[in-house]
Amino acid sequence: MVSLFPLTLTEGLVRRRGQVIMGPVSLTVEGRGLTVLMGPNGAGKSTLLKALHGIERLSAGRLRHGCPSDQSHAAQAFVFQTPVVLRRSVAANLAYPLKLHGVGRAERARLIEDWSARIRLSDRLDQPAARLSGGERQKLATARALIRSPQLLFLDEPTANLDGRSTREIEDLLRAARDGGTRIVMATHDFAQARRLADDAWFMMNGRIVETGPSPQFFDTPARSETRAFLRGDILE
Amino acid sequence: MNDIWAGIAAAIRLILTADADLVEISLRSLQVTLSALAIACLIALPLGTFLAIQRFRFRRGVIAVLNALMGLPPVVVGLVVYILLSRAGPFGVLNLLFTPTAMVIAQVIIITPLIASITHQAMRDLWAEYHDLLISLNTGKLQRVATLIRDGRRSLMTAALAGFGRAIGEVGAIMIVGGNIEHHTRVLTTAIALETGRGDFALALGLGFVLIGLALGVNLLTHWLGRTEVEGRW
Ligand SMILES: Nc1ncnc2c1ncn2[C@@H]1O[C@H](COP(=O)(O)OP(=O)(O)OP(=O)(O)O)[C@@H](O)[C@H]1O
Ligand SMILES: [Mg+2]
Repeated sequence: MVSLFPLTLTEGLVRRRGQVIMGPVSLTVEGRGLTVLMGPNGAGKSTLLKALHGIERLSAGRLRHGCPSDQSHAAQAFVFQTPVVLRRSVAANLAYPLKLHGVGRAERARLIEDWSARIRLSDRLDQPAARLSGGERQKLATARALIRSPQLLFLDEPTANLDGRSTREIEDLLRAARDGGTRIVMATHDFAQARRLADDAWFMMNGRIVETGPSPQFFDTPARSETRAFLRGDILE
Repeated sequence: MNDIWAGIAAAIRLILTADADLVEISLRSLQVTLSALAIACLIALPLGTFLAIQRFRFRRGVIAVLNALMGLPPVVVGLVVYILLSRAGPFGVLNLLFTPTAMVIAQVIIITPLIASITHQAMRDLWAEYHDLLISLNTGKLQRVATLIRDGRRSLMTAALAGFGRAIGEVGAIMIVGGNIEHHTRVLTTAIALETGRGDFALALGLGFVLIGLALGVNLLTHWLGRTEVEGRW
């Protein structure tokens, strides 16, 4: 399959109801590693992730991929801040993206078995996904995003509201995916998690990227005073 | 009191012996209502779904009109259909007045807005829930509609059942356009009105029991549909 990297956002800007809620932001995403996106509530993290994924309409600027844009979607996945769970069984949720892309029955069965085992929901495959707990839904959405081995995966606070064990399980999934070659960009409010996972980090405030840098330098010796204050836990105005 | 008990007993006998009149009237009711329901669903289900997922210029206006139509008094619908179908009216040449077809037309007009409106609400909620994922997976319009219809099938059934319930119990409009003609356009509701007026409580009550049975059945089915949603059966 063709590579969608490098993915470049040039002077990307999102305006809603006359207000600039993100941008201008210029970024390039290359093919390896895990990037953590941090910043206060309302900074524009979700908006930026969606813009990079190509599902947020840009008011200005451009998004480019290393491959034709119509092929770029198939190689990406997104786990939303509130995970979307289809009103179907757990198995049917996992099968959904596979069916969309015409994956054959036998291969589907194999993948569903494999991924349900990884999120420890093997014995609940036939149950309606609506009955899962919040953490289980989050895991299901993550597995459904990873099941087609995307080149690029976005996650928007994938472990908010999860307990320690579920958080670790999702982090393990993400590490394995990264090591398997999936490029990951995720927003998180969890500093400890950011340190555990990040290869590099972006810090965002008021719709703009303020600072970027490799981990652990980003966390230990941030260059900008805003970043330092944020990482210290100060309230930013 | 005795009269009433005698009436109820006679009514039960009519039902148990499958009285010819009672069966004929019940079947005609079902035939008219199910025909109207089929036609109304063909219009309302796609319309409601379309309104839920497609943004276009007069969308809000269409929804407002739909909700207003839902509140139309059936008697007025009957009156309008009567005028349209009467000899002097624009569709007079079709000779449809006082036929089952006229009753079907009136019922379609009465229940289509109801079914479309319930469909719209249900599909709008489902679309809000699914929107991000379906966009992210780059689904085409047909795939989206197929997914929504499949996962919203219980809501669609519920909408149809609501339409059936409203149509089967409707009396004003079909009395006007059907005329309650024996062996031709007499249905459960109009027959009950007539027999009550004539003092034949046995037949009126028997027909009433059938009607209540149908309405209860629809309610039970709706309730059961709601349960299967939680329990995840079909
Ligand atoms: N459709 C919209 N119309 C108007 N404003 C919006 C819209 N969507 C988002 N916003 C605003 O844009 C800003 C950025 O939102 P965004 O969801 O990207 O923030 P975030 O960094 O993800 O915040 P959080 O940490 O709370 O998830 C917020 O102030 C939000 O209110
Ligand atoms: Mg967010």
